[in-house]
Amino acid sequence: MNRLLTTILLIAGFLGVFLQATWVVPRQLLGAPLNFLPPLIVFAAFRTDVATVSLLATLGGLLTDALSANALGVTVLPLLWIGLALHRWRELILQELGYARFVVGMFASAAAPLLTLLIVLTLGEGVAIGWDSLWKWLVVAVTGGGLTPLCFFLLDAAHERLAAHPSKPPSFRPDREIKRGRN
Amino acid sequence: MAVVIALLAVLFSLPERTLTRIKTGVGNVFLPLFGLSAAGRTLLERGANAFLPKRVLLEELARARTSNQQLRVRAAHGDEMARENDRLRQLLGWQKQSPWKLKPARVVARDTAHWWRTVRIDLGARDGVRSGLPVLVADGLVGKTGAVSHATAEVVFIGDPNCRVAVLVRETGEMGVISAMSSSVLDHRLVDLTHLPRNSSLKAGQTVYTSGLGGVFPAGLPVGTVVDSRSVGYGLYTEARVRLVADTSRVREVMVLFP
Repeated sequence: MNRLLTTILLIAGFLGVFLQATWVVPRQLLGAPLNFLPPLIVFAAFRTDVATVSLLATLGGLLTDALSANALGVTVLPLLWIGLALHRWRELILQELGYARFVVGMFASAAAPLLTLLIVLTLGEGVAIGWDSLWKWLVVAVTGGGLTPLCFFLLDAAHERLAAHPSKPPSFRPDREIKRGRN
Repeated sequence: MAVVIALLAVLFSLPERTLTRIKTGVGNVFLPLFGLSAAGRTLLERGANAFLPKRVLLEELARARTSNQQLRVRAAHGDEMARENDRLRQLLGWQKQSPWKLKPARVVARDTAHWWRTVRIDLGARDGVRSGLPVLVADGLVGKTGAVSHATAEVVFIGDPNCRVAVLVRETGEMGVISAMSSSVLDHRLVDLTHLPRNSSLKAGQTVYTSGLGGVFPAGLPVGTVVDSRSVGYGLYTEARVRLVADTSRVREVMVLFP
């Protein structure tokens, strides 16, 4: 497990959930909040191991449910399923191209709320959904797709900056030293 | 993965009360960020106010003075009516009504899932808030308090399945219950008014107020206006659509009503 990347991901997940709950601009402009967790799960599935994906899904899901009327834990399973599925088939999925990341992020962002809603309905709770929920779902999916390449860019840059790089060998090579004068 | 599934199995099997406590505890992780966010917003507002031109401030002051005078006259009239009401209640032997106590609160977070209509406010158990208190804005009723933690409280808006309001149509005197948001439209301010009598005579534009039945909401709080009505259940019942007085998606400040 890459501890630094795991730490960066968990901090990003925590801030993402906070922004999802408090940032009113996307809600007022688009009618739905931005969901940062599915893009982060996509990143974790492609760049890290199963342990990090599970940790991010668990902590992110619990934090999301804590700021929601959802039963605690219902968001964890969908994130975990998506993360593990992507991790399982990551060799078969394009991941270095921007549009591929967008498509994968969009599917993940569309699937996460649907699966969560399915679990909520299975638990027997009544929910407030109407035709406007369809619009909100589309907004969450498309913005999630857009956020995924951005997450890759920012998290890769953060990891690059914060990771300890191995010291380079000195450029001086004794075998190529020019020796002046006559021996 | 097995650890996660075991954790979820334990969580789902816990009693409701314990689960609520754990949820409140997890939610408290965000308290420092809520505080920082509120402080930042206050600073921004102060900064913006510092650059307001004097002319705008003077105009605002003049408007506030005029409004204040009008409200004072209305308050004096209201006080007189309240005294008269108290005297008449005393004569009839009815219970005396206590005046409303309102505490303003700021919305600090909105529900992360879009299938609930809840927000979190910056008043909690330390401020005397408990579950089931009515929550208002200047236009009328918006909901009631839900789960309460030490420093924050959840507000469940009208339209959420967990907030049912017993209401009265003022013009006709018919009573019903506002149960959930209307699912057949794109307007999130429309809610369904159910449990109306079969031969209901509702018309568009009629006003809907709380009836006081149910014990949660006091009578007389504005809720919305009737948009249309229809016969359901092969003519056995009537349902109506009501447009709420307040747009809950844009609410930033609310008032909690203490009985």
